[in-house]
Amino acid sequence: MATDTLSTTFSALADPTRRAILARLTGGAATVKELSAPFAMSGPAVSKHLRVLERAGLIARGREAQWRPRRLEAAPLKEVAEWAENYRRFWDASYERLDKYLQHLKEKERKHGHRK
Amino acid sequence: MDTASKVGATTFSMPSDREIAMTRVIDAPRRLVFDAWTNPEHLPHWMLGPEGWTMPVCEVDLRPGGEWHFVWRRTDGSEMGMRGVYQEIKPPERLVSTESWGGDWPETLNTLTLTEVDGKTTMTSTILYPSKAARDAAAKSGMKEGASLGFERLNQYLRGDPVAS
Repeated sequence: MATDTLSTTFSALADPTRRAILARLTGGAATVKELSAPFAMSGPAVSKHLRVLERAGLIARGREAQWRPRRLEAAPLKEVAEWAENYRRFWDASYERLDKYLQHLKEKERKHGHRK
Repeated sequence: MDTASKVGATTFSMPSDREIAMTRVIDAPRRLVFDAWTNPEHLPHWMLGPEGWTMPVCEVDLRPGGEWHFVWRRTDGSEMGMRGVYQEIKPPERLVSTESWGGDWPETLNTLTLTEVDGKTTMTSTILYPSKAARDAAAKSGMKEGASLGFERLNQYLRGDPVAS
């Protein structure tokens, strides 16, 4: 697991404006002007958020047009989703095993006499 | 919570904006459960995640301010490490420690509480994240409550479902 990529993704996702921008981009590519519209924020402030998202590889710029619409890049998000799923699976599997292991410890104690 | 009586199933919940809690009832006294969580002789036998992982490093300095360091190795040879500092140790009922995966990963504060009734232990591990966003990011798969608007849409997108713009 590339921890560096993940931590960059996490810090990029930690901001509500950036999450809103990503959410907007799930509906399709958009220009900076379109992306700025829902926010009471200056163009440069929005651009700053876009740069963070771009650095994290979460969005990319289209080359085709002069206004270069931004589009969503799904790969890092998939990695985060996978990590979250793995985390859950990790503890689920560990707890299953802990359950069995404790039955084994209990049995061992029973055989060797109860130590308090 | 009526889940407390059910042995053999892990329950995931969100007690607050910044927390994830995992609860399980285990048919064993809590002093054994506490030992299993804190003794490096026991930990590598169970804290292993999915099948095929091993825990070649398990260092435990069990005192307030003492560090713990675990490393897991997967079948493909890749490794994953986690470390933290014990904050509060109250056997056999409570264990508080920080947990960090390194880098600028959000550090979490983990609290383990153990209550015992009739020889059965209810084990609750609560993970406190530095922000709701970090918690939501960690929890977003499979947990409905964690889905703020943005995350819900991203989830749909990742699942390949149509997303309204």
